[in-house]
Amino acid sequence: MPPLLQIEDLHVGFSTEDGVVQAVRGVDIAVEEGDVLAIVGESGSGKSVTALSVLGLHPKGRTTISGRVMWGDEDLVTASDERLRRVRGAEIAMIFQDPLSALNPVYTVGRQIMEMVRAHGDVSKSAAKERAIEMLGLVGIPQPRKRVDNYPHEFSGGMRQRAMIAMALSCDPKLVIADEPTTALDVTVQAQVLELLVDVTNRQGAAVMLITHDLGVVAGMANKVAVMYAGKVVEQAAAVDMFDEPSHPYTIGLLRSLPRVDADGDAQLIPIGGQPPSMLNPPAGCAFHPRCPIALREAGCDTVIPTLYHTPSELASGEVVDDPIHQHGAACWRRDEVAELLGTVRG
Amino acid sequence: MAVFIVRRLFSLAVTLLGGFTLLFILFFTLPSDPARVIAGGNGRAPSEAVIANTEKRLGLDKPVYEQYWNQLKDTVTLSGESFQTREPVSEMVTQRLPASLRLAIWAMLIEASVGIGAGVLSARRRNSLADTLTTTAAVVAGAIPVFVLGYLLTLVTGVYAFKHNWPEWARLPTLSNDYDPDKWFLFIPSLSQVEILIQPAIILAAVSTAIVARLTRTTMLEAQTSDHVRTARAKGLREKTVSRRHVLRNALIPVITFIGIDFGTIIGFAILTETVFQWPGLGSKIARAAGQSDLPVVLTLSMVVMLIYGLANLAVDISYAKLDPRIRLGGAK
Amino acid sequence: MSDGRDGFVPDLPSHQTGVGTPLGALGLDVSLTEIGPSRSLFEDAWRRFRRNKLAMFGLFLVVFLILVALFGPLFVQDPTKLSKTYLEGPTNQHPFGLDNKGGDVLARVVHGIRLSLFIGILATVLETFIGVVVGALAGWYGRYVDSVAMRFVDIMLGIPYIILAYAFITVLGRGVSAVILTLAFTAWLQTARTVRAGFIQVKQLEYIEAARALGVSGRRIMLRHILPNVLQPVVVLMAIGVGSAILSEAALSFLGVGVKPPNPSLGLMVSDAQSFLSSAPYLFFFPGIAIILTVLGFLLVGDGLRDALDVKDN
Repeated sequence: MPPLLQIEDLHVGFSTEDGVVQAVRGVDIAVEEGDVLAIVGESGSGKSVTALSVLGLHPKGRTTISGRVMWGDEDLVTASDERLRRVRGAEIAMIFQDPLSALNPVYTVGRQIMEMVRAHGDVSKSAAKERAIEMLGLVGIPQPRKRVDNYPHEFSGGMRQRAMIAMALSCDPKLVIADEPTTALDVTVQAQVLELLVDVTNRQGAAVMLITHDLGVVAGMANKVAVMYAGKVVEQAAAVDMFDEPSHPYTIGLLRSLPRVDADGDAQLIPIGGQPPSMLNPPAGCAFHPRCPIALREAGCDTVIPTLYHTPSELASGEVVDDPIHQHGAACWRRDEVAELLGTVRG
Repeated sequence: MAVFIVRRLFSLAVTLLGGFTLLFILFFTLPSDPARVIAGGNGRAPSEAVIANTEKRLGLDKPVYEQYWNQLKDTVTLSGESFQTREPVSEMVTQRLPASLRLAIWAMLIEASVGIGAGVLSARRRNSLADTLTTTAAVVAGAIPVFVLGYLLTLVTGVYAFKHNWPEWARLPTLSNDYDPDKWFLFIPSLSQVEILIQPAIILAAVSTAIVARLTRTTMLEAQTSDHVRTARAKGLREKTVSRRHVLRNALIPVITFIGIDFGTIIGFAILTETVFQWPGLGSKIARAAGQSDLPVVLTLSMVVMLIYGLANLAVDISYAKLDPRIRLGGAK
Repeated sequence: MSDGRDGFVPDLPSHQTGVGTPLGALGLDVSLTEIGPSRSLFEDAWRRFRRNKLAMFGLFLVVFLILVALFGPLFVQDPTKLSKTYLEGPTNQHPFGLDNKGGDVLARVVHGIRLSLFIGILATVLETFIGVVVGALAGWYGRYVDSVAMRFVDIMLGIPYIILAYAFITVLGRGVSAVILTLAFTAWLQTARTVRAGFIQVKQLEYIEAARALGVSGRRIMLRHILPNVLQPVVVLMAIGVGSAILSEAALSFLGVGVKPPNPSLGLMVSDAQSFLSSAPYLFFFPGIAIILTVLGFLLVGDGLRDALDVKDN
């Protein structure tokens, strides 16, 4: 069964005053039906850029994109403007980080949902309004018939984001991309909204691509995870596998820096040393090597960019990996030694 | 809403009273001798007796607070008289206010249409030749004094055109002596009156148009890169719809607000333009009266202008709430 | 003509006009390690200013005009010297022609520029001082002082500029010092408002609270901590203010209530040229251009400063 969305060798660069920033340097990601795929990384890892690239939402003038974004059997990167417009919202919908700035303050929430519904079909105003009310109710907004005529600023943060979710789902998309949907919300509300997102989306039969920097979020909701660093995916696995057996030093570092309920009283949080790299001039070889506790010149860490699935010997012998989507991949030349060198996270 | 309006009107009244008092202090009580100026109207140096008589006639010999009260009464009831000509101020107002308003309205129409149009064009084709030209023109326009621009324009359309026999429609009179209030319906001029309206209206609108153009460009550029426009695109809306409903609509809010406020400003600052073209409005009258120390005229007409200015601002504030639903008048939600 | 607007665009965040865009605007939150040497605010601002062509042109104009004002009078004849002929167009001897009284137009324009700059700069320095003091006191002490001061500012702002100027001229008479004072007394309002707003904003910052908690005296906090932060917009206002002051002086002189003849004011020259528009347009042309260039120079510099200093969160 082919994946819903397949991003192949995506490269995204932005021209700035100081040079070209290579935000995404070769990313392969697949989303299958029913998935909740979490893309995790720090600020600057390229995760949001990747998400925005799917629907072609980058400013045209300054952006260079290469690679393919396969939606079914068409490549969205080279799709016509009109085709892309029709995909947006109706087949792939997007939810953004800050609902207050993502929604237009001068139109009511209902109007904004209606506008989307009517852009994708010949729907009358009243039918569109009913649909808007229905969606608002679906996401748990009380008194939807009344609130449909409210303006965005009249909602609380959590409710606002629910409204955005309602809007995104209003045309029955098959994939919902959520870019840090809860980061801008109150901590107390984050879990609720996230649960709602995953729940409702799945019930509507859509898959979710969830961008986040919060591993804790990933644990509860996602079935698949891709960890990004400096514009590349450094580890990819089923969520369970990744937490059980993290295989990349960066991932291990991330997990170690998380507070745990079951930790010893005097266990320490270990942050990852160093700074995230400059995307104008990323480090040669593995971008993580300056901060990596097990980086080794002999292994090629500072000269050759590691691949997700091949060990050095496999690469040399030209072996092909079958079914890469369901493999547990880690882009580290010392992948086989990671467990013994760094121990498990609990250790 | 009603409470808000009442409070603002009250505040306006206080401000007007304060302004009146300030003007009174500056014009009436501090060193200057209107009686001498008025008495010596014919260029002869007036004798002390004449001056004294004049003072008495004009009520300038009375104590300050009595003069203040009298002027205040006269101003509010529009019953003052010109020191120079004994002409009742009320007549001046009824004759000249419409003229000023008409000029101001047309200046605003030009300001809005040309300004917004130029700004939108500039923003749409950023950094293109059209954009640079417009921006430069806008900046330069803001630096040209009204009277220089006025004379420049009349030089071209009045003097030069006549000298070189340009076609009839390109030749415009240098002065607005032919203003005829009967030939106007509200603020719509008859064809003959258009001739005298064009130049002063353009000149009056010039600086404002420049500001509006630059403001529109800025707000458009900002709106174009705002988050909600990205959302609109992500929803699958047509580019045209995004442009119209999400970029333009939001960008115009500050612009319209500015234009509204500018109305009051234009009324007040039409003095120069009216003087250059001798347009028979309040402004030119105030200028002449101030030069002749004709104090009641200056005071009353100024107050009329200030009243309009204050009311215009109030109207703008009210409509601003309609334009931007985030604004709640008179306090937090 | 200055009417409180003077080409001054209301306070909106300026938009970058360069080729690229700072990463923040692209939605990237890239924490960059040392791209280059860390720069101080001034160096940064100067760099941005330099790249702005219009601003550099304005700077060039201003410098040129200042040089003309300082050294020009050495090269031209006495502006009050009247020759026997009058109303003659540009000749070799009198490159800008002769006016209706026989004065050399070039000489008068040069002296006019000098006078304009003198008045403009002095008036602006004075108004800035008044504005900063009033604004600082209102912003710092708040409540009673603030309400009174702001009410006063509102009243003055409610009076149309020209009328207010007329009122002051009536009190102060005509002449150069009267004009300077009038310009200063009407222009400080905007500065005061801006400074006050800045104070109110900065006053709330935490480190100020910390300083207060430590017992640092009010005045000291005002001077050492808040003022430097508020100065940015003031610098912009000053540059634009000079331009607008020059415009106002020209307007007042044109109306006959500014500088007294035979002082060579550019505005006066335009006013005198009124009656000779068709016969001697150069009488209007040269002083007109001079005014435009002078004002333009300062406005461009002011705009450039505003764009250069308006760094969002660097």
